[in-house]
Amino acid sequence: MGLFLTNGFPDLDATVPLLHALVAGGADFLELGMPFSDPLAEGLPIQRSSARALAGGVQMDDAFRTAHAFRQTSDIPLVLMGYINPILQYGVSNFCAAAHSSGVDGLIIPDLPPEEAGLITASAKAHHLDTIFLVAPNTTRERMQMIDRLSSGFVYAVSVTGITGAALAHRMAALEPYLARVRTAIRRNPLLVGFGIKTQRDAQWLCRHTDGFIVGSALVDVIEGLWNDPSLSMHRRLHAVQRFAQDLYPSKE
Amino acid sequence: MSVSHHAKTPKAMSKASGAPAPQPVNAASYAAPDDRGRFGAYGGAFVPEVLIPELDALTRAFRAAWDSESFQRDYRQILCDYVGRPTPLTFADRLSRALGGPRIYLKREDLCHTGAHKINNTVGQILLARRMGKTRIIAETGAGQHGVATATVAAKFALECIVYMGAEDMQRQRLNVERMRMLGAEVRPAISGSQTLKDATNEAIRDWVSHPHNTFYIIGSVVGPHPYPMMVRTFQEVIGKEARAQLLQYEGRACPDVAIACVGGGSNAMGLFYSFLGDARVRLIGVEAAGEGLDSRHAATLSCGTPGVLHGALSYLLQDGQGQVMSAHSISAGLDYPGVGPEHAYLKDLHRITYEVASDEEALHAVRLLSQTEGIIPALETAHAVAALARMAPKMTASDVVVLCCSGRGDKDMTTIMGADVAA
Repeated sequence: MGLFLTNGFPDLDATVPLLHALVAGGADFLELGMPFSDPLAEGLPIQRSSARALAGGVQMDDAFRTAHAFRQTSDIPLVLMGYINPILQYGVSNFCAAAHSSGVDGLIIPDLPPEEAGLITASAKAHHLDTIFLVAPNTTRERMQMIDRLSSGFVYAVSVTGITGAALAHRMAALEPYLARVRTAIRRNPLLVGFGIKTQRDAQWLCRHTDGFIVGSALVDVIEGLWNDPSLSMHRRLHAVQRFAQDLYPSKE
Repeated sequence: MSVSHHAKTPKAMSKASGAPAPQPVNAASYAAPDDRGRFGAYGGAFVPEVLIPELDALTRAFRAAWDSESFQRDYRQILCDYVGRPTPLTFADRLSRALGGPRIYLKREDLCHTGAHKINNTVGQILLARRMGKTRIIAETGAGQHGVATATVAAKFALECIVYMGAEDMQRQRLNVERMRMLGAEVRPAISGSQTLKDATNEAIRDWVSHPHNTFYIIGSVVGPHPYPMMVRTFQEVIGKEARAQLLQYEGRACPDVAIACVGGGSNAMGLFYSFLGDARVRLIGVEAAGEGLDSRHAATLSCGTPGVLHGALSYLLQDGQGQVMSAHSISAGLDYPGVGPEHAYLKDLHRITYEVASDEEALHAVRLLSQTEGIIPALETAHAVAALARMAPKMTASDVVVLCCSGRGDKDMTTIMGADVAA
């Protein structure tokens, strides 16, 4: 189970405690979002979380600070998710160096398809960062195999042709043949599925065809709700986030 | 520039420094973009995986259509019978005299059906959508001219049409919102970010990612991922081709000394300029919006921006030091965009096109100038080109010939213009 959180959302002080709450809730790895002004693969929850983080003054270096602070007490894998432009402006080589030295394990860049990946692959490799690419329901088998060869860490199967947080429920039937197809094409890397997963039932069902799943928007929604309720203490909020993670975790079959 | 870490990224650029000498571009060897949609280091397709198969299919369909006789016949016939092409090349005798310099011709895209050059492109793309069997059309719009041009052809071809428009632009351009609704399109407000063209484009891309199978995204300018910059340029090339033939008839030569056009995303400029790229004697001048001034809020992407990725392409971009995209500002909604087409970025670096700016105030004066000398009320976008030409004209001679792309008519801007008059 991988869980996604936007860095600096709801505020920078909350991010590291939230990451630890997610670990306590059973997360096997974490995906930390670097906010961008124009996140074109994101639905409303992650759009809102990115805007809130940017309004709070979050910068690229804060992602490295968060990773570094998290690494003091946890060894579980941490990958950064973000759009290519802020990385280009930071400088690809500097970015990869800083990510590695702060304990980051890999990168997910949703607007960097394999055709454009030459911008980062050499630097990422030099700094021991996994590069995680995505496959979608309309990706051909040949292309999936190419993506498998290019990827390290894992391959991210997007559950739907859509943006993060898209409705999954009524598309479950169509997902089965797709995931079965992906499973046979992705041989070198673990395969994780994400986008639109909201409940333990979703996760359990999807996991029959993959090595795991990622939840982002649903978690961001929960956090937003908790932080918008001024009557809740920090302790209660973090506990509720931990419970949310625990409740997502699929029961052993 | 941090992006220069990679060999394929643009050379570090200093801030705009005067006008470099125009360089010839070898017409025979100018083959941009390459197969991956690269104009030099610019362009490309920085999009989510879902869109890669769609863009590949679009590229194939476009190439096949453009080479086919039936597509060419349909496209030309609609441009003729429905859009009203060829548009005139009008000799602006009173403007020429008022400015005291060159002989000025106006390429009259304002006379196209729907009132701007935008429809040249929407006709081409909707024919392509039909060939590809798509049933649902989406578009983004800033000033509303591209939205109207898309809603128009969607009505004509009986296809469902959804236009994304920034909530702020919907206020500024209410007439065009009502025109789109009259044409049967649904106008969806983009309420994120600056609520202008940038945000409308984000929403349109998200829609396309969510409905790739039945949806055709008609992009309105030479921006976005490959093949859009190439395809939109191709559908707008008719502007320059006609202008060459018409100028030959009127002046005995196909090439003006100067071709000038406003640049937001840059489609009317590419449409006019492309036919002259190989003629080194033609100075090509793009005019960006300086808004309230280059040290204040503006939309002068090529003049003040730096290389970066927005909406699927690497080009110039108005961004902060963190790579976050900045809000642009122009009184003209059609120029109010923090990006620009990648081919403009490439031709700027080659010094083949030079870029000037005109402010909100200069544009407002230029609307009045063209209206009262020629009886043509131009769009505020077009007025930026008129304003820059007014500045340059005194340094030119009576034997110089200028072609200015009169990209659209100004009816849609009357509320904005009246509001600015009250404020001033």
